Order: sequence, then structure tokens, then C-alpha cells
Amino acid sequence: MKEKLEQIKKEAIREIQNSDGLAKLNDVRVAFLGKKGELTAVLKSMKDVLPEERPVVGQLVNETRQSIERLIEETKTKLEAAEREVKLKQEVIDVTLPARKNRVGHRHPNIIALEEVERIFVGMGYEVVEGPEVEYDYYNFEALNIPANHPAKDEQDTFYINDKIVLRTQTSPVQVREMEKGKLPIRMIAPGRVFRSDEVDATHSPSFHQIEGLVVDKNITFADLKGTLAEFARELFGEGTKVKFRPHHFPFTEPSAEVDVTCFKCGGKGCRFCKGSGWIEILGCGMVHPRVLKMSGIDPEEYSGFAFGVGLERIALLKYEIDDMRLLYENDYRFLKQF
Amino acid sequence: MNTSLSWIKAYVPDLDVTAQEYTDAMTLSGSKVEGYEKLDADLDQIVVGQITKIEKHPDADKLVVCQVNVGTGEDIQIVTGASNVREGNKVPVVLDGGRVAGGHDGKKTPGGIKIKKGKLRGVPSNGMMCSIEELGSDREMYPEAPEEGIYIFGEDAVVGENAVTALGLDDVVFEYEITSNRVDCFGVLGLAREAAATFHKEFKPPVVTKTGNEEDVNDYVKVTVKDTELCPRYCARVVKNIKIAPSPKWMQRRLASQGIRPINNIVDITNYVMEEYGQPMHAYDLDTIAGKEIVVRRAAENEKFVTLDGQERTMDDSVLMICDGEKAVGIAGIMGGENSMITDDVQTMLFEAACFDGTNIRLSSKKIGLRTDASGKFEKGLDPNNAIDAINRACQLIEELEAGEVVGGVVDVYGKVKEGRRIPFDAQKVNQLLGTEIEKETMIGYFKKIDLDYDFDKEEVLVPSWRQDLECLADMAEEVARFYGYDNIPTSLPKGEATTGKLSFKMRVEEVARETAEFCGFSQGMTYSFESPKVFDKLLIPEDSQLRRTVVISNPLGEDFRIMRTVSLHGMLTSLSTNFNRRNKNVRLYELGNIYLPKQIPVTELPEERMQFTLGMYGEGDFYVMKGVVEEFFDKAGLHERAGYDPNAGKPFLHPGRQANILYGQEVVGYLGEIHPQVADNYAIKERVYVAVIDMPKITELASFDRKYQGIAKFPAVTRDISMVMPKNILAGEVEKVFDTRGGQYLESYELFDIYEGSQIQAGYKSLAYSLTFRAKDKTLEEADYAPAMDKIVKNLEELGIELRK
Repeated sequence: MKEKLEQIKKEAIREIQNSDGLAKLNDVRVAFLGKKGELTAVLKSMKDVLPEERPVVGQLVNETRQSIERLIEETKTKLEAAEREVKLKQEVIDVTLPARKNRVGHRHPNIIALEEVERIFVGMGYEVVEGPEVEYDYYNFEALNIPANHPAKDEQDTFYINDKIVLRTQTSPVQVREMEKGKLPIRMIAPGRVFRSDEVDATHSPSFHQIEGLVVDKNITFADLKGTLAEFARELFGEGTKVKFRPHHFPFTEPSAEVDVTCFKCGGKGCRFCKGSGWIEILGCGMVHPRVLKMSGIDPEEYSGFAFGVGLERIALLKYEIDDMRLLYENDYRFLKQF
Repeated sequence: MNTSLSWIKAYVPDLDVTAQEYTDAMTLSGSKVEGYEKLDADLDQIVVGQITKIEKHPDADKLVVCQVNVGTGEDIQIVTGASNVREGNKVPVVLDGGRVAGGHDGKKTPGGIKIKKGKLRGVPSNGMMCSIEELGSDREMYPEAPEEGIYIFGEDAVVGENAVTALGLDDVVFEYEITSNRVDCFGVLGLAREAAATFHKEFKPPVVTKTGNEEDVNDYVKVTVKDTELCPRYCARVVKNIKIAPSPKWMQRRLASQGIRPINNIVDITNYVMEEYGQPMHAYDLDTIAGKEIVVRRAAENEKFVTLDGQERTMDDSVLMICDGEKAVGIAGIMGGENSMITDDVQTMLFEAACFDGTNIRLSSKKIGLRTDASGKFEKGLDPNNAIDAINRACQLIEELEAGEVVGGVVDVYGKVKEGRRIPFDAQKVNQLLGTEIEKETMIGYFKKIDLDYDFDKEEVLVPSWRQDLECLADMAEEVARFYGYDNIPTSLPKGEATTGKLSFKMRVEEVARETAEFCGFSQGMTYSFESPKVFDKLLIPEDSQLRRTVVISNPLGEDFRIMRTVSLHGMLTSLSTNFNRRNKNVRLYELGNIYLPKQIPVTELPEERMQFTLGMYGEGDFYVMKGVVEEFFDKAGLHERAGYDPNAGKPFLHPGRQANILYGQEVVGYLGEIHPQVADNYAIKERVYVAVIDMPKITELASFDRKYQGIAKFPAVTRDISMVMPKNILAGEVEKVFDTRGGQYLESYELFDIYEGSQIQAGYKSLAYSLTFRAKDKTLEEADYAPAMDKIVKNLEELGIELRK
């Protein structure tokens, strides 16, 4: 009996080692371990074994069975790995073939720039508000300290609907509307479309966008204005950006300033982009004129504030190096898809 | 506004700066220098030479060989083609290795032209004699220069000296951007005062001395001002025995640097004082002034007048005229008349320096369509106190230049005298506004530098009348800030109560629109809000349509920009057309922009501005793709109910069989469809164009970003398919309505999986096949649960004349 088992085991090992595939291996398993297999046959012949020998023989059979099973398992694992290997080799693809893309649309560069600006100011606690594009002369001019017949009205080349209603020339009227609400403190920006009667060319458009900013609170200083806009410029144009404040005049702010930033093309050394000066003008600002505060029902003795106005197109043109403003309103897909 | 550095230095003698230093510092103290031109930038090694000998060139008829003394002891030989030089002439000579600015045709060469010695037709030439054009200038500025040929100096030129200096070309001309509030800086004196303060130097304005003979001007002329509102001050002086002659070189050079062409002593003095004081003046030939009287009055309606440029112009009664005893002789502040202008034969002259109402001059100048140097200055609103100084200065120059005999006295009609202002000052408040800690004394020091006195008793700043822009403490804060230096003010961030940064709900919904559109392949466009009224014809919108009631711009850029749009499609179709024309394939665009709906005609209050979400596409995709974008957007915006589509949208610009109003609940929230082929033609788009327009205010009302988790179905679904044949005119929407109303509580969803029209079925009919999914939240469905619903659906469909296929 013992010899027979040895014999079976030897045969089984040989057969297993000769298996060249999973199917063959399965055949081997059936031949030895199956219901009609050789080892099963040995078990069935146990009844011929003497009862006292049965435990020993039984153990022998089990051991043989286990070692065959183990070997089959091991071989199976190896064969499977080999087969997967073959399959993987067959499945090689050319990863350099073109991608199949979803044709996702593109956002207008103006809006991308606007969202940048909004992100910066919302982060500083500013609310984004809007106002009408067709506006009363009062809000667009008078309440901003630009009385009737003021030359500034000419400078801004206004489109008139009638003598009381205009297409707003600036987003500043939103300031007034916000102040009139009487809720203080105010920290707001107001982006939007504005209109001036400029003929269309590479740097002018009769319709463009501005972002107005306004802060009104107790103890707001010119230093706060400087700090805020310096922070804004660094966020928008990069950490190393410096700002320069130059005195200027706007009817609705006093003191007023224009702000230059270091040219982001040359870093301030001077290049064709900044016309050699190293600086690029980006916005106008100032402390809200006490008369403007008063007209909107805010006591200038108690409150002060600053305001600024940025041309959105100017930011977009500078930031994305777009050399012709007309591109922004043509909507040529070849232009838009670059953003 | 321009000034030369040399003219500024005339009043700030200690000023010693480079052009760049001047530019930077002046800009930072508030007088923005836009740029500068160094007149001698391209001039090098040019001296005054004297021609000692001229001989014929041996081999060329048109050339001569000159020996020129350039002060080095030995004459140099120069060959020239110029025919105007004579022996003894003093001329500018560029030496070997030097540079000139350009050719004698007046064209400048960037960087200049280098002159080297060489041979002309075999004869050595060691330099070049220069024309004024080669020196980078022209006869406008140097009227004494010959029309053609070499510039010839006067006798007083010193041989061997720098010719550039001798010509006054060693100068810099600055161009300023002066803000409209700084009227005083539209004169050289005002800028010089700023320069002196900026560079901490002494300001030395001209000292105007008493002028005039023993006679009394009142014996020569009488002045009556009938409208003192429009003419607060009128000063007149008389000059007799006028000797017209060229003005001296220094005056010519200064005028030239401002871009003003020198003419003769009288005109030049007038212009000179206008530039110096910022006060325009006018000279009349007194012999043409009838009745020896000046009357300042408004024009009669439709009064005609010929200005000194020979043009006849028509006035209305808002225009102020200068008249004599009989007729008008000038339009106040704008231009004098042909009938009284100074000629070379003038004997006696009336000088006028007046102050006119700035606004009136501006409006008159617009009305008449005539803007002059003078009106440009007057319209800023001049200081009446400046007029008297200016006219006396002019008379001083007349005497100095011996251009005539000034009659004693001034006729000065000056009603209400304009006084300076007193502004209560509080240094503490200024520091509070600026965020600085500047000493009060320092501030007062800044004021002194620009001629603002301080009353220590009353603590008030005394502002002279020429600083009309200074009105309140905030204005004084700016004066402090600009001389302290904006750069020196510290930086900080606003302190105080924190505020929440946020976007409005409307903006968030717009953001969802952008995201959805872009995800679906649409790129964002932007178009103008105003367009041509012809747009309505292009869009086939009928004459009587409400859409043609528009907000009209009274002063548009042109017909094409006259009305505020009431439909958003024109911009979209124009953009698609541009893309089509440029052969861009499969273009999808969207825009978020307002339409403007008037509340009444004529417009008396602000129109309603409604944001429209407009989508447009051609190329790949069809009506249903566009419909999918709309529904994607609704879903993302939290409009979770099924949108409805009413084919009777009645849009004339859309294909009559391919258009629908988009309904949400009972409300129309937009429309979509294929552009009418006629309209597509009108926009030259030769493909099918699909559009959708969604009214954002309505969506914003309906939108919500609240979401509640509904659970994920635990029990299996049962699917039943229904296949139907029906007349073509029954809409899928009607079928779906049956599912919606008869589907019972377990109908979870339905989906169209087949649609067929064709030879397999009867003509005029179509077949639709839907898959219906039933599911319960709490159990596995048995047939008995959904069979009643199926029966109801089938029954209802059959009632509609729909045949079920087994």
C-alpha cells in the first residue's frame, strides 16, 4: 500500500510538472484527486486494509493527497501568472495615438480676469454687487460730485438717452446706490459694463467693463487704500509686483491717485511693453470726497472711505498679452479657445 | 501742455536736474510728465563756423568747395551743394565724426546720421554745413532760416562755439498731462511754481513793472459789459505807434518749444503771455473799432459772423460776442473777427485780457464747432485776477521789445471781485485721513512753497484765487500728501468690523450657466449692448412687434449703435457669422448679457435690464442637443421638475416647425429652436444654426442650491416597454404627459428608445417606443402593483388615437 502511494505520488508529480497549461493541470487534478481518480480509488480500497492499519494508511493517503494538492496549487499560480503575462503582452497599445477629448468650452478672458479680481476681494471680505447699466445722470455724475456742465462730463464722452438718463460711463454710480442703502461698514466691488463714445480701435471700445471698489468705515485712511491695492496687485500680478501711487484728480475722490504696477514683462527694467518706463498704469483711486459721502447720507466727520476703479479689459489685455481690444468682442473661436 | 526746460528755468534759476529726474519728480508731485524730447538728442559735434573762401568744384557744376573757420586755428575744407552760402557767412558745421538729426528734407533718422570725412567728386570734404532741417527742426520754429539751404547765423554768433547752444537746441521739451482741476498749471508760471516746490528751489516769477505813457486809456476806448455773468472781468489797454517786426530769438525759441509758430512781435507777445500766464489775450486794430467802444453782449439768435480765419459762423443767443459801437468784432474767448484783426499796417491796437464763464465758452465752442487754443484755456474757468497781471505783462513786453507805445492806464470792468478762500485747517484730521504722522509745521511748510499762506490765529489756510480747486480739508490733505510723497505714506489694511465677502445669488446662478455651457462645449462670447434698428428687419421681426419699442441713444456713435437691444440674438448670430466666415468648424458660443426693455415710450425711467443666457451653435449637434444643454442647466440650477416645450412659440426668427417656448411649471422661461433659414441667410451662415435663449431673472427666481439626499434604491426595478404607432402630429410630449399623469406611484422613469418614420409603417404615422421603469422604495414590486398603472396608460394612449404594438 505504501509503495503504491509513493508510486502514485511520483506519477502525479511528473504529470503536474509536465502540464503546460491550466486545462492540462485540471486534467491531472481530476485524474488523481477526482471522484474516479487514482488516489480516490486507493481510499475506496481502504476497506481491504486491516482495521488496525487503517489509521496509518489513512494518514499516508491524506499526506499524499495534500502534497499533490499543494503542488497543483503552486503550479496553478505559476501557470496563471504566465498566461496573464502573455495576455498583457498581446494587449499593448500605442499610447501616443491622439486623445479623444470632450470638447469643453472656454471662458471669455474678461471673465477669467474678473473672477481673479473677485476671488481676491471676496477673500478680503468684499461683497460683489451690481447696478443698472442704463443709469440716471444723477447717479452717474451729480452724486459723484460732477455737477451739470462740469468738463468731466465731456471728458467721459457720455451716451445720452435723454437729459436725465445715460448709459453709465463708469461703475462708480453703484457706489452711490450702495451708500444710499445706509448699511455700514461697506466693503464692496461692483463689476460691470460701462459705455463711452469712443470709436472702436485697438485700444478703445464704446462698451467695456470696469470694477469699482468701495470701502466706507470709521478711520479708513489713505494708507489703508495703499495697502489694499498693493495686496491686490501682488495677488493679481505676482508676489514681486510693486505699486506706485501718483497724484491725480477725480471729482469724486480727494486725495486722488493713479496707480502703476511694475511691468510684469520686464520686472521694472523697462521694455517695449511698458514703453521703457518699467511701470504700467492700472487704475485710479482715492479717498471718497466728503461731498460724495454727504450726498449719499453718510457723515464725513464720522466716516471716511476709499474707492478705486479698474478697467477690466485693461487687466485682461495686460495679463494675457492681447494686443488688440477688438478681439475681445469678435468672439472668434480661435481666440476664445486660448483661454 | 508742453514746456521747455529752459523756460521753466527762467523762473526757477537754481533748478539743476536731468530730464529724467524732472519727469519722475514732477509726476510724483502731481504734474504728470507724459514724456520728453531732447531737442539735441541726435546732434553731436556741431559748431559755429565761418566761411572764409568759396571756390568752384573742379569737376561738378553744382558743388562748391568752402574753407571754413571752425575756431581751431586752421580752416577745414567742406564741399557743399547748397547755393545760399557766401563768403563771411556763419553757419552750423558738423565736424568729422559728429551727428545730425536727419536729412534736409526734414525726415528725422532715429539715432541721427553720422557724418564722416570723405571725398565729393574727388575733392576731400571734412564735415558738413547744416540746414535747420538737418538739425532736427524746421522753418516753422526758425522762420529766419532759408527756404532751402544752409542755416545762416546772425553776425553776433561766435565762431567755434557750440552751434546747438547758439540755436537754443540744447533744451528738453516736456509734455504734461494736466488734470482739469489745475487751471493754474496750464501756464508755464504755474508749472514753474510746482517745479520750484518739488525741487525745493526758489520761484522767481517775472516782476511786472508799471507801463504806459502819460495819456489815459479812457480817452481811447470805452468798455461796457452787458452780461457780467458770462464776462466777470474785461481788461483793455491800448498800444499806439506799433512797429511790427520779428520778435527776438529767445521769444521765438520759447514759443517754438510749445509748438507755437512765431509770427511777429505783437502776435508773439500775445501768445507768449498766454503760455506764460495761461491767460488768452486778443489784439484788435483799434482803428477798425467803431465808436471807439467795446460792448460785451450775447449774440442775437442766428447772428452771422466772419471769424479771422475767413469762415462765416452762425450764433445763437447763448454765445457771448465782443462788439464795437456798431457790429460784432469777435466771439468772446473763442476767436476774433476778420473785420478787426491786426494787419501789418496796424497803427493803434486794443489789447483785451478778459475772463469768461468757462462752461459757456465750452458749450459755445461746441455749438459753433470751433475750438481754439484760447477757448481750450477759457473753458477750464480762468481766474479773473490773472487777467490784469497778464495784460500788464504783455504791455511790459511791448515796451521791452519796443514794439509800440503803451498808453497809460487800464480799462478794467470787474464787477464782483473774486476773493481767495480761507479753509479751516486741522493737521490732526489730515493725518487721520492719510494714515500719517506729519508735523503741522511741515504741512504749513508745504503750503508756503506753493504760495498758500497760513493764518496761525484762525488756523486757516489762505488760498489764492488761482487755486480754485482747493475747497475743503480733503483738498489740503492732497496738497500735504503730494509734497510729503505718496510713496512715503505707509501701507496698512482697513481695520474695524469684519465683513463677509460674497457673490449675490444671481451671480451664483450665472456661474452655473457658465459652467454648464462650457461643459457642453460652448465658449463664452461678448457682444455690444447697442445695435442698429435694422437688426429687427434682419431678424424678420414684424413692424408692430413690442420688441421694436427700444431705448434709443440720442447721440450714438452711428446708426449701427443707436438702440439698446431688446433681443439678444443679433450679437450671437453676428459672432457665429464671423466664425463661419473664417471657416471655423462646429462653433458653439454662449453669452450672458442684458437686454433693455423700456417701461414706457418715451423713456422717462430706467428700463428693465434682463440678463439673457444665449446659446448658439452650428455644425455638429441639432435641436435636441441644444435642448439637452438647457435641461443640463436647469438640473444644475436646481430646477428639478421636467421642463415643458410649447411648439407655438411664435418667434419669427426661428424655423416655424423647429421652435419651442421653454416652460417651467406654467411659466415661459425662454425659447429655443433652429434659426429661420432666411435669417441664417441674412447673417451669411450657410449651415443650420440652433439657439436657445434663457431669461435669467426667471431662472434666478426658481433656482435653488438646496439638495436633499433621496437614498439609493434598495429594491429591484421592473421594466416594461411600450411600442406605439400614432399620427405624426401627436407629440412625444403628449405621450409623456400620459405617463406622468397615469403612471401611478411606482413609475420611476421612462425613456424613449426608438423612434421611426418610414416605409415600414403607414404614411403620416410614426412609431415611438418607450421603456418604463417601476420601482418601490420599500418592497420588491409584484405584477399586481404596477399592472393597474400600465392599464391606465394604455387606455389613455388608445383614447388619444395611439395604437399599441404587441
